[in-house]
Amino acid sequence: MSGANMPLLSVEDLHISLTTDAGRFPAVDGVSFTIARGETVGLVGESGCGKSITALSIMGLLRDPLGLAGGKIKLSGQEIQNLPASQLRALRGKRIAMIFQEPMTALNPLKAVGTQIAEMFVLHQGASWREAESKAVDALTQVKVPAPAQRAKDFPHQLSGGMRQRVMIAIALACEPDLLIADEPTTALDVTVQSEIVDLMKELCAARGTAILMISHDLGLVTDTCKRVCVMYAGRIVEQQDSERIFNSPQHPYTQGLVASLPRLGMRARHGRRRLTEIAGVVPGITAYPVGCRFHPRCTRRTEICETVVPELTALAEGSLVRCHHHG
Amino acid sequence: MDKHAGADQALLSVEDLAVYFPIGGGVFSGRPQMLRAVDGVSLSIKPGESLGLVGESGCGKSTLALSILGLVDATTGRVVLDGKTVGGDTDRRDVARTVQMVFQDPYASLNPRQTVRRTLADPLRLHGVSNAGEVADRVAEMLRQVGLRPDQADLYPHEFSGGQRQRIGIARALILKPKLVICDEPVSALDVSIRAQIINLLLELQAEMGLSYLMISHDLGVVEHMSDRVAVMYLGRIVETGGWREIFEQPRHPYTRALIAAIPDPLTRGLAREKARGEIPSPLNPPPGCTFNPRCPHAIDHCRAAAPMLSAIDDGHLVSCWRADEFATPISA
Repeated sequence: MSGANMPLLSVEDLHISLTTDAGRFPAVDGVSFTIARGETVGLVGESGCGKSITALSIMGLLRDPLGLAGGKIKLSGQEIQNLPASQLRALRGKRIAMIFQEPMTALNPLKAVGTQIAEMFVLHQGASWREAESKAVDALTQVKVPAPAQRAKDFPHQLSGGMRQRVMIAIALACEPDLLIADEPTTALDVTVQSEIVDLMKELCAARGTAILMISHDLGLVTDTCKRVCVMYAGRIVEQQDSERIFNSPQHPYTQGLVASLPRLGMRARHGRRRLTEIAGVVPGITAYPVGCRFHPRCTRRTEICETVVPELTALAEGSLVRCHHHG
Repeated sequence: MDKHAGADQALLSVEDLAVYFPIGGGVFSGRPQMLRAVDGVSLSIKPGESLGLVGESGCGKSTLALSILGLVDATTGRVVLDGKTVGGDTDRRDVARTVQMVFQDPYASLNPRQTVRRTLADPLRLHGVSNAGEVADRVAEMLRQVGLRPDQADLYPHEFSGGQRQRIGIARALILKPKLVICDEPVSALDVSIRAQIINLLLELQAEMGLSYLMISHDLGVVEHMSDRVAVMYLGRIVETGGWREIFEQPRHPYTRALIAAIPDPLTRGLAREKARGEIPSPLNPPPGCTFNPRCPHAIDHCRAAAPMLSAIDDGHLVSCWRADEFATPISA
């Protein structure tokens, strides 16, 4: 692949292992997906499914006890999973940027937010501090912070959660990266503020042609933000679909269970109060993933094969993928 | 039991409740500012009824819950629970026998050094059940009712999954057979695939034991599913209240409409112009007029000048908005 057809990011057969005293465990097991330039892709799953560490591995930020155990991560065709630290630092912030769930812990509490944005221009574009600080005020204007020149002098604790997340977005988009990774960017925020922040992120990325990899446990949020969704369960992608279709025709029993178990607004008015469909059992821990299909102990459709053989990803119509022996 | 004479008799009635907290103040800093956490709230819950309470952080819903439990004193107004005023010299144990709470985080709200048996048996003993056999029987029966096995009573919280821990939290709330249970975000800390189990359990227990719920949540899907009536709070006041159908199908307050529009769901895609702008103002310095006016997509000059009162627009449907009459069209969610 080359030129226009080459994906911006391609994650190929990614394996991440967790090493403990009890041994090595496959926290991420053969994850593959691609993101085209300007595309929005969501990675959805419950806590511990491996979605956040997949993102960290793209940023080159895996630390002990987590480690890359195989696979390739390519940015515009160039393998980046083994780059030396100095080259990775040049990539982070400039070509790939990330925003986190809790902006208070991601921002430096001892520096004014304007300085933290300005740093990006100094480090990655060689700007002078003076120049960078005026660019920082512009950046705050773009993320719609009111009175940006005054706010630039504020410290993180002086801002509300929503304003802090706007600052994070300003930092992340300062150098116009090709890819923005947003890990639960609005989970810590109130619902009305969440909706504004997501709209802002979508709008700014669309204007710049920045691709988004959004990570969340909230299927509604991800389908609302992204064109395509990958559903992860216990370290594997179990389904990949267009957002438009995932609520109406989920293919994997896990996704089907999730969609059916959510009390969505409007359901009661249309269908009366029905008992919610439960997914039996619990989410397995990394150290005790089941053999075969990892969802089989909770699955209503399991047969013998599910208990021993890992299902392959099957391609369905319209580019959907599903990892199940009895999908559909 | 003459105090339960009518079926319409409220189990809980909150009457024009206000809770103010002094902020700052001291020898050198002059008069303290007053934070009006709850500012004139009235609501009631009948036996067996569920009231959903919706609002964002800082709207006063937790303070309201604490004053119902008698853990925060009313500045003005009062809370009447099962015919008795809460607070002052009411016996705390009377309150505890009538109202209990299920907390959001089943990891933080259980004592890690107590077995489940002790967590459930202590309240029984405190409330005068002294026969060891009866305590053991009631603990076992309670565990069964929340879907756990009696032989799990001697385990510690860390030996359970998140969903099971929330079951223990529910068992603890119900062991004294209260009439009202305040559920504060009972599923939002749980894994998505576990939530349906807990929601179903709460509804089953309500039917079995005839419980009333005050269901505090920001998840409108959960509130719609579980509530008979709904109250929407903003900056210490109720801005809209009514039956679940009125609130979710024909919301009249722009804030209620904004909350629905903010749900990331394909269903609400057509509602973008109903979204709220900006952020929740500090309750220390609320805006003049209607407190929602700076964020309201429909605010007019009058909204900035005068605060609307909560008034009935329909039977049991109350709204505090100057323009409520104009929002009579159903929301197309």
